Amino acid sequence: MFLEQLLNGLTLGSTYALIALGYTMVYGIVQLINFAHGEVYMIGAFVGLFLVTVLGANIFVAMASAMVFCMMVGMLIERVAYRPLRGKSTRLSALISAIGVSIFLQTLLALLAGTNTRSYPSIFNSQTYDLGFAEVSLLQILILVFSALLMIGLQVMIHKTRIGKAMRASSQDLDASYLMGINVNRVISFTFAVGSALAAAGGVMVGIYYNAVWPYMGMMAGLKAFAAAVLGGIGSIPGAVIGGLTLGVMEIMGVAYLTSSYKDAIAFGVLILVLLIRPQGILGQKITKKV
Amino acid sequence: MPILTLNEISQEFGGLRALDGVSLQVEEQQIYGIIGPNGAGKTTLFNLITGIYDPSEGTISFRGQSINGAKAHQIASLGIARTFQNIRLFQKLSVLDNVRMGSFGVTRSGFWSSMLGLPRSRREEKEITEKAEQLLDRVGLLNKKMEYAVNLAYGEQRRLEIARALALEPTLLLLDEPAAGMNAGEKAELMGLIYELREQMKLTILLVEHDMNLVMNICERIAVLDYGRKIADGPPEEVKQDERVIQSYLGVEA
Amino acid sequence: MDAYLTQYIDPYYLRLLILIGINIILALGLNIITGVTGQLSMGHAGFMSLGAYTSAILSMQFACPFWLSLLAGAMVAALFGCLIGIPTLRLEGDYLAMVTIGFAEIIRVFFLNFEPGGKAVGLAGIPQHTNFVLVFTLVAIIIVLNAKLLNSRIGRAWYAIRENEIAAESCGVDTTRLKVMAFTVGSFLGGLGGGLYAHYMYFIRPQDFAFMKSIELLNMVVLGGMGSIPGTLIGATILTLAPELLRVVAEYRLLFYGALLVILMIFRPNGLLGDVRIYDIRKRWARKEVQANAHINS
Repeated sequence: MFLEQLLNGLTLGSTYALIALGYTMVYGIVQLINFAHGEVYMIGAFVGLFLVTVLGANIFVAMASAMVFCMMVGMLIERVAYRPLRGKSTRLSALISAIGVSIFLQTLLALLAGTNTRSYPSIFNSQTYDLGFAEVSLLQILILVFSALLMIGLQVMIHKTRIGKAMRASSQDLDASYLMGINVNRVISFTFAVGSALAAAGGVMVGIYYNAVWPYMGMMAGLKAFAAAVLGGIGSIPGAVIGGLTLGVMEIMGVAYLTSSYKDAIAFGVLILVLLIRPQGILGQKITKKV
Repeated sequence: MPILTLNEISQEFGGLRALDGVSLQVEEQQIYGIIGPNGAGKTTLFNLITGIYDPSEGTISFRGQSINGAKAHQIASLGIARTFQNIRLFQKLSVLDNVRMGSFGVTRSGFWSSMLGLPRSRREEKEITEKAEQLLDRVGLLNKKMEYAVNLAYGEQRRLEIARALALEPTLLLLDEPAAGMNAGEKAELMGLIYELREQMKLTILLVEHDMNLVMNICERIAVLDYGRKIADGPPEEVKQDERVIQSYLGVEA
Repeated sequence: MDAYLTQYIDPYYLRLLILIGINIILALGLNIITGVTGQLSMGHAGFMSLGAYTSAILSMQFACPFWLSLLAGAMVAALFGCLIGIPTLRLEGDYLAMVTIGFAEIIRVFFLNFEPGGKAVGLAGIPQHTNFVLVFTLVAIIIVLNAKLLNSRIGRAWYAIRENEIAAESCGVDTTRLKVMAFTVGSFLGGLGGGLYAHYMYFIRPQDFAFMKSIELLNMVVLGGMGSIPGTLIGATILTLAPELLRVVAEYRLLFYGALLVILMIFRPNGLLGDVRIYDIRKRWARKEVQANAHINS
């Protein structure tokens, strides 16, 4: 039973991790909390839904399309709402702008798709496998595997490609990177694109797994994923993964063993506890300020 | 009794030993210089004295009392004021407010007194403002008192920082590279100002500087740091001729 | 007295005015924490809800006199504000913001499960004690006290912490103590606003104090220009009126609101008034003085 819950937690946590990665990558480079990120996740879920139900596409095509579409959405948001503010204003105004985008997108989708909860048609019949110590569904396996693949792919990209190196450089020192000839605008756009694609994947997976897609699903998930990113150490990619998985497990365990009515509070409770003990998050580095 | 004593001070940051067994003594009303190549640990020393870090090893005493582990604001209230290497002004506050801030450590009106405008806070506010204007006048910035600090020229910002530090009514003033970025005329003015401060306000002045001319001229005693260690300590003429100092810092010609 | 004075005002506008007044009180509280002291607090609605529920329950279950339940609500909020302030010792910037978000969420979920508060259904039948005269008397008093505070040594220290914490310490400012103080005062006002809200709206539920509410309040502080009392007043007024004015476009309302926020930030990133503070007006007088003197001396 415990292991089953653990698996449930890891599944949920993987989706948090995918969203958290977007937050952490953007934050690492431009120190912006991209509030609209949760909405990108939501849009991904809707796009996937649309493709599957209206266009009758198969799930893989739908997933890929959602990811591509959201890449563009993410880059558009950056171009329109964040780039004009870069370097010219306080971080707080960029944050408010992000919040404006978030409100806009939520409302837009609510108008376009109605506020009812939709669901994906059951694609993977509830096939489960009995592993002896736990029962795991095909869907869970697919989610875990696919998420892992995406995360590994991200790691490879970050460490083995030129653009990845540019991203790492930019997160260390944006100005120096610019002076070294890195096209900072392109790196930032790319970062938004990658983060959005991951979030979209998460959205589709959550849509299928929990069978619920609605315009305001991005708010809570975004908040929790951001908490996960902070938990793992904001700006750290492995941190986002660890934070996401931890939060997912904690939430499921909390619901299973403690209380289900406080479900949403558990994630935040864990976060606050960890930050009190280790202010920089799990993998975050304590930056000693140069005085 | 020396006003400031450092005894076997060492400071470690992670694996880096920024300071190693540094000891020195500063006498009252002395003008004491600390020099050394970049990275020698000079600013770290300042940060230790002002309580931003706690020393990994060793003791620091101010007027006979240990200040190890004291917090920065406590040390400020004890009478140790400083300026910063990379100017740390309150940019979006007025010049006047910057200096008035310096008085915080020597005033006491609290929340209720301030919010209700009780006599004590009104009196203190008046005193704070008068003192701030006097200090601004002394450093030649009174006519800019309502400007935002961020709008001042570089040299003016340095002078403002000094005025703010003086508002704390310190007995020990730490100046971290006060002459950086100044031209010859400004440096001459600065030297005059430092002498004045020492005479008129009975200040002890501890100075980190790179400008050798200034240091040799104005300091009565100099300590030389290199790689976190003190390699020389004495009056300028002695230090100038010390072999180790010449090798590490001053170049071949002395 | 209130009825006498307000009988000439159309009830619709009266309602708007009262809401503006309540939002001003809430926003001035948040202004102290975030605008002046620079501690990003994205959970102000949490303090509001503590004030609202505490005062409502006291009024309804314990027949507490209104002023007392308002005060109690504000103090409960202040207590929690103090508690929240303590982690600021070790947390900075966005980490702190996350803690404030988390705190507000935990409070919301708590009230969702809180029997005496009616759980998800909320509390109805709260006696409607809040009226125009009360609200604006309080607003006036609070503005005056705020102005005094922000122009005093304490207020200066708060601004200093926002500008450069290390330099503030070097001036003798115990930054932790002052940050906790800012949170306490700010949350007191948050709780006060919450109490007034509860006794005006007659009915409260946990989702009235959700994350969006905290964001709305934050917008009010940022819109007008951080740390500025006149700015906060303008921000609160505009952002209370905006949803109403936008009712014209009905369901597209929030679309415009979101777009408005983005546009405003792009064109006026420092808020509508920039960083104007009351002394900026004095500055203009001072300039005239200096010019006048220059004339005399030349």
